Amino acid sequence: MKDLIALIVFGIVVAALPLFVSSGFALNIVIMTLYAALLGQAWNILGGFGGQFSFGHAVFFGTGAYAAAVLQVKFGWNAWAALPAAVALGAAVGAFVGALSFRYGLRGSYFALVTLAFAEVFRILSNTFEFTGAGVGLMIPLTESAANFQFTSRTGFLYVILGFTLAACAVTWWLKHSRYGAWLQAVRDNEESAAALGVNVFRVKLGAIMISGALMSAGGVFYVQYFHYIDPHIAYGPGISIEALLAPIVGGMGTLFGPLLGAAALHLFGELTRNFMGDEPGISLIVYGLLLVIMVTFLPRGIMGLASGPSGAARQAGRPRA
Amino acid sequence: MLELSILFPSVLNGLTSGAVYALIALGLTLIYGVLHIINFAHGALLMIALYGVYFLNQKLGLDPYASLPVMVPAMFVLGYGLQRFVIGRASHGKDENIILVTLGLAIVIENLALYLWRSDTRTIETAYTFATVNILGAMISVPKVAAFAGALVVGAILLLLLAKTDLGRAIRAIAKERHGAKLVGIDVEHVFAMSFGIGLACLGAAACFLLPAYYVSPQVGNGFILIAFTIVVLGGMGSFAGALAGGFIIGVVESVGGLWLGESLGQIGIFLIFITVLLFRPQGLFGARA
Repeated sequence: MKDLIALIVFGIVVAALPLFVSSGFALNIVIMTLYAALLGQAWNILGGFGGQFSFGHAVFFGTGAYAAAVLQVKFGWNAWAALPAAVALGAAVGAFVGALSFRYGLRGSYFALVTLAFAEVFRILSNTFEFTGAGVGLMIPLTESAANFQFTSRTGFLYVILGFTLAACAVTWWLKHSRYGAWLQAVRDNEESAAALGVNVFRVKLGAIMISGALMSAGGVFYVQYFHYIDPHIAYGPGISIEALLAPIVGGMGTLFGPLLGAAALHLFGELTRNFMGDEPGISLIVYGLLLVIMVTFLPRGIMGLASGPSGAARQAGRPRA
Repeated sequence: MLELSILFPSVLNGLTSGAVYALIALGLTLIYGVLHIINFAHGALLMIALYGVYFLNQKLGLDPYASLPVMVPAMFVLGYGLQRFVIGRASHGKDENIILVTLGLAIVIENLALYLWRSDTRTIETAYTFATVNILGAMISVPKVAAFAGALVVGAILLLLLAKTDLGRAIRAIAKERHGAKLVGIDVEHVFAMSFGIGLACLGAAACFLLPAYYVSPQVGNGFILIAFTIVVLGGMGSFAGALAGGFIIGVVESVGGLWLGESLGQIGIFLIFITVLLFRPQGLFGARA
């Protein structure tokens, strides 16, 4: 229960921020950190709790982003109405990718490769067809009002992304404390043993990728509403996939607060490097890549691993009961 | 229907591109066969090799083919060091960690190149860049024919090395049974690093054959990496014959697919093959079940 209380306190603190902070720059950093935490939490559900490392999570992000953009631009939908449709589509793409790859028992490197390839196929398709604006991308017309999911101030966006991120955390909390979550972690730790104990491995993994895909595409919808623009490279390029996996790896995979911590640490670090080394092309990604190598080498359990002691057994023993 | 007079040169062109793809894939499949990891930094390392050839040509006036004796050992040393001091240390015995580390390396290398050399596309001029030869009525560019022959030679050397030398025997032993190899006294860490080095040496050779008819930019590796993955998966992870055959198949599919569907959509054919093979026959055409 302690972690749920911590989550609620976190939500209240962030929600109260606009009362004290009025600088758009600072609020933007908070928004982008929460957004990174949302993507990270989505990846964490499949990668951290399910043990299935995806290198192509952009496939879900891009689907959400394009669904929102296409429904608004080509079909005249309201953005709020497009949101559930985009999330459902993200889950559907998750089901599609998951059904294909898990049915044939792809895991480890193979799963990472197949997700990478799916993201690439989607990138080429969206780059080709006029329906998605081809290489030019899609621009959302500017009609600033809360009814259109385009807020006049950053505060509105802050509350929306806070809601999304808290929802993702709530799902993760549920995974930690539910029977389904226990199945998922059993599959991660040893698929054969889990199957022998009667866990339906295929369905458990399929559920995880659908949840993950749905949350990821919510992130895509937010991106489109916040920046009013999407193109194939942003939507399905490798950048988003890397951003999604970096936060949980830095913060701690398979933990509730890992992606939040990781996203905050990464943004802090990103701002610092920008201050010290300027905005030269490539610098921020060099730092991210180095961080990835260093974290995996020296802190494979992330920042959370520092807090929870040296052995995994200690973490298990200290697990709060549902 | 396509005319044979268009189709035939297109197939020949595909075969010559396929040879270079095969060379890149040979390195990848060797690393996979021995270390059981997918080297996600393969494309970025190819890009580094291409820059090596480019700068040797620009600063020292070295012909790309004359760069072979420089680039092949240089890439070998780079690979040996990377595996021994970076990748090997990060594994903690878990394959998932290694793929993350190679992904991290790819990001670092690619953006370091972007930082140092900007995103300009660079090419070199040689006397034979635009020369062509006539093969049964089809005009094929000379550098592509050279790449085709070079890839076959390198492939043959690699096969000989694996079949006849002690190092080759040690590599095959480790690929089959890591613990058994350790028990009979093979220095596993050393052989891992040697395999990684040889895998990268293939990239050095590929870069020398590629650059006369190609270009280099920090993102150039991305175009090759999924193609190389596809070839390795198609041919069977760890299979050399598979990598060669897969390279030619993919080269032809890309060339004919591009003719048929246009440049952008032609690439789709490759990924569809990739996904189809991964899903229905992950062991590939020539590979044992992974």
